[in-house]
Amino acid sequence: MYSEKVMEHFQNPRNVGEIENASGVGTVGNAKCGDIMRIYFDIDDRQVIRDVKFKTFGCGAAVATSSMATELVKGKTIYEALEVTNKAVMEALDGLPPVKVHCSLLAEEAIHAALWDYAEKNGIKIEGLEKPKTDISETPVEEVY
Amino acid sequence: MNKLIYLDHAATTAVRPEVVDTMLPYFTERFGNPSSIYGFAAKNKEAINNSRDIIANAIGAKSEEIYFTGSGSEADNWALKATAEAYRNKGKHIITSKIEHHAILHTCDYLETQGYEITYLDVDDKGLVRIDELKSVIREDTILVSVMFANNEIGTIEPVAEIGKIAHEYGALFHTDAVQAFGQVPVNVDEMNIDMLSASGHKLNGPKGVGFLYIRKGLRLRSFIHGGQQERGRRAGTENVPGIVGLGKATELAISSMEARIKKETELRNYLIKRLTTEIPYTRLNGHETKRLPNNINLSFQFVEGESILIMLDMAGICASSGSACTSGSLDPSHVLLAIGLPHEIAHGSLRLTLGYENTKEEMDYVADNVKRIIENLRNMSPLYEDFVKRNR
Repeated sequence: MYSEKVMEHFQNPRNVGEIENASGVGTVGNAKCGDIMRIYFDIDDRQVIRDVKFKTFGCGAAVATSSMATELVKGKTIYEALEVTNKAVMEALDGLPPVKVHCSLLAEEAIHAALWDYAEKNGIKIEGLEKPKTDISETPVEEVY
Repeated sequence: MNKLIYLDHAATTAVRPEVVDTMLPYFTERFGNPSSIYGFAAKNKEAINNSRDIIANAIGAKSEEIYFTGSGSEADNWALKATAEAYRNKGKHIITSKIEHHAILHTCDYLETQGYEITYLDVDDKGLVRIDELKSVIREDTILVSVMFANNEIGTIEPVAEIGKIAHEYGALFHTDAVQAFGQVPVNVDEMNIDMLSASGHKLNGPKGVGFLYIRKGLRLRSFIHGGQQERGRRAGTENVPGIVGLGKATELAISSMEARIKKETELRNYLIKRLTTEIPYTRLNGHETKRLPNNINLSFQFVEGESILIMLDMAGICASSGSACTSGSLDPSHVLLAIGLPHEIAHGSLRLTLGYENTKEEMDYVADNVKRIIENLRNMSPLYEDFVKRNR
């Protein structure tokens, strides 16, 4: 069902983790639908993404697209990162099954959400960046057992 | 461990070698059409009836009440559609449950388009149909109650005898989808007030492509497939002789080994449930603790998603399944897990492990160790777990 690239990124995801005091954090998705992605950026003075980390709750494709998306934006400027589309993520993974295309959209959305957070924190406007639609459920997840 | 560990017996099972041996001659030298007149072919009729006897005996029915079908789904379709048609003058109301297999639920959807009214019973948090709810919704124009014997996802065994009794008090028929239960736990159609029962061969180490419907004598159900006179004129089509012979043999073996199998599987099941629920925090058992198929384990691990668990288990050589949306091809997780009241995000993190006669305790330990490692890895990657930990620091 998945390409070798997807399986490889799922088995050895790149850049898993958190960044303390990140320059920008974006969380998108919705636990109800089974996918949540969170991307952390460490952005330097020249607006270059020095480091990136992610955490994802979701299927194999969700993990692989998060991993690939972080690889594609690492070391890029924020404007270059803005150019990383879901299509680019999918191509880099040698494709996704049709039912999993939404995972790549979520990855693109997560990048935008983290950039938006960075822009807000720094009081700047990133040309071409629209406020991301985050629909992460409002209710915090509690222990249920 | 290099060998594949198969823990998806509720999906399908391997055909036992003895069953294959019994089937093989019917593909080659005994290929004859059972409806033919010459001796070598006519003998196949005896082979079919021998299987029919074995199955009838296994459920306390008469041989002429067993009708072979192509699958459990066909048996379900037949029972529902034929009952609806035959008894529509009495009424057009059918009662079923929210946790049925899609072979029942989608057939009910179809019947709704034909003017029938379907009531879907809720289940409690263990997956049990509530008898008091059944009593409150059943009425004079109810023609059929169809509730599964045991659930395919969470293994809960329904109170079929009581359900059947209430159906009969109102003059309604009682059908049960016993695809997961037949050959696993004792079934008796008279004691359990069952009028129709569906089962399938490949869930009990028999072949795929064969199942049966038990129809209590005297029910006015019409033919489901029109054509020749096979199956007493009620299910046309040249008989799947190897399949039917295989189903008979598989039933014989399942019945003779049932007591020992129930004991062994229950022990392994309880052992694995105990290890997983005590060693992995934020884990719950779905389904009933004791009113449960001996071979079924269904757990939810909070903060992780099922498909990821399955892929990682597969890499460790373990075959399992999940009720997560990603494994169903839709955005919604399993209707069964939602019906027992799990929130979506918990239902997404479910894992079903179903045992067979060949599983060992050594395998249970290997599985427990791997599930533990995998859940830990996935939680370390999960933003839901991160938030949870931060809030509780």
